[in-house]
Order: sequence, then structure tokens, then C-alpha cells
Amino acid sequence: MHFAILQFPASNCDQDCVHAVRVLGHTASYVWHKDTSLGAADAVIVPGGFSYGDYLRCGAIARFSPVMQAVKAYADQGGLVLGICNGFQILCEAGLLPGALIRNRDLQFHCEQVHLKTTNGETPFTRRTPAGRVLRIPIAHGEGCYFADAETLATLQAHRQVLWQYCDAAGELTEKANPNGSVLNIAGIANERFNVAGLMPHPDRASEGLLGSEDGRFIFDSMVEAFRQRGTSAAA
Amino acid sequence: MKAKIVITPKKAVLDPQGKTVQNALEHMGYAGVTGVHVGKYLEIDLAAGTDRAAAEKALHEACHRFLSNPVIEDYRLEVVD
Repeated sequence: MHFAILQFPASNCDQDCVHAVRVLGHTASYVWHKDTSLGAADAVIVPGGFSYGDYLRCGAIARFSPVMQAVKAYADQGGLVLGICNGFQILCEAGLLPGALIRNRDLQFHCEQVHLKTTNGETPFTRRTPAGRVLRIPIAHGEGCYFADAETLATLQAHRQVLWQYCDAAGELTEKANPNGSVLNIAGIANERFNVAGLMPHPDRASEGLLGSEDGRFIFDSMVEAFRQRGTSAAA
Repeated sequence: MKAKIVITPKKAVLDPQGKTVQNALEHMGYAGVTGVHVGKYLEIDLAAGTDRAAAEKALHEACHRFLSNPVIEDYRLEVVD
């Protein structure tokens, strides 16, 4: 399977993503923010970092880059798109995912391991997660507090679009386990079609034992299985 | 001619920065502060002779699409000479 990994000025997890998917036996190529085509990608990853210096708002400028127009077209055709950290912020700013990410409740930058409960295990991003398994994946962000209005939250819940929630090691959704003040402990969501997802934690930093956790693999493996089952490339 | 744009967090959105500034003001002894909202201020220079109505229309669009995020922010726009 071939992943396209976007690169914006000040992306800093692009190489982590390429490394992670290669460790899992797949191929990856970088796509520069000024490119208008994603090439022959089987899936797209919008990586973490501080695109365009986080100026104005995180992801606000990146969403207007040429490559994001290609990502929108790719997503419209049903292609798989995963946004990690700043990538999640960009997808929200671009309107590909609902809601927004704002400053952490305690104003601190959090760089730590967190636990995640997979809220919907039947999506292209979660289907390989063993039932009941609490994932341990690191976060590294200052603006990861997920916000959406009550109506949007009701829709997200009704359609089971909340994919991951911050929890404690036992899988309980406690206030203490919520590192940034996200509503409903939301760590990641999907769009209504379930072909676009975003999360603040970094599966790219948790895909080999050397890094302390391999739980990020469940997310990449899910995408691979979903793609293979579909059997066709939604190349843009 | 210039445009002055003030962007503030929506009332329903957590504003930990505003809360922290409010707490600091209280600690410093400034009584009677019932709320602080920290936002952004943008000043946009416009070419001389710009049509005011057209500029306002374009800038409202820019505020909605780009300069503010309607999910979490409100904005006020004013065009002055």
C-alpha cells in the first residue's frame, strides 16, 4: 500500500509518518504543499507539526494550500485521509471534519503518553483494534482541546463519528484522563462517510517497540485492511 | 483607508487565556472584573480610493472564510479613513 504524506513549511512529523508506514511494510512518498496532485496514493496522511508557524490559527493557512485542494477532491472521491495532530487541525479548518481544536484547558503544551478508548471499532481507521483494547499513544500539542457546538456533538454521537476518546488505563472516560479539556474527552473523529479521520495523539510515534508502544499500528493496519478490502485505488 | 478587525472567542467556547488574565487581575487587586476575553486584532491597510462598500463586503467574506473561524470565534469589522 502506498501512502502520500503531505509536507507543509514547518511540518515536523512527516518523516515520522514515512518511517512508521515503512516499518509496517508499506511505501510512502512526500507531497509538497505547493503540489496540485497527490500522485498514485492509496491513502493520504496529513502529518503533525506547526504548518505555516501556526500563524493566525493552527491549520488556518495550510488549508488554503494547493495540495489541500487535491486532498479535498481525493476525499470527495472516497479516498482515505488521516490527519494527525496538526493534520487534524488542518482537516477541521478545511471543513473536511467538523469542529475545531483550541488552546489546551490549562494553557500547557502536553507531551506525554495518553490512553485512548476506541469508541467505534467498525471504521476504516479502527477496525483492526482488538475489542476492549485501550491504546497507549503519545500526544504533543498545545492546541488540542476539541470543541464543537451542541448540535454538531449530537450529530457526531448519533452517527458514531467519535472514534477515540481519552480514558484512563482501565478504559474509563474520566476528567483526569482528559489532557486538554476536549468536550466528551474526544481525541479523534471521522466524517460522516468514514473516509476522513483526525486525531491529536500520534500513532506515528507509537508503531514500534523501540518507541515504547506499538498501539499506533492498529490505526495504520486498519487503513490498510480497509483499502485492500475495497480493492481499488481512489487516486486523485 | 484601513480595516480594523477584532476577533474574540465565542461565549460558549473555553477561554483559558481570558480566565488566567482575569485571575491575575484579581490577584493584583483590580476589583470588579467579571470577565476577560482574549482575542486578536488585525489592521489591514487598503489602497487609497478603495470603494468602502466593496471593501467591507470582501473583508466580511475573508473574515468568514479565513481570518476568523466561525466555529469558535466572533469578529467585528470596521473600515475607517
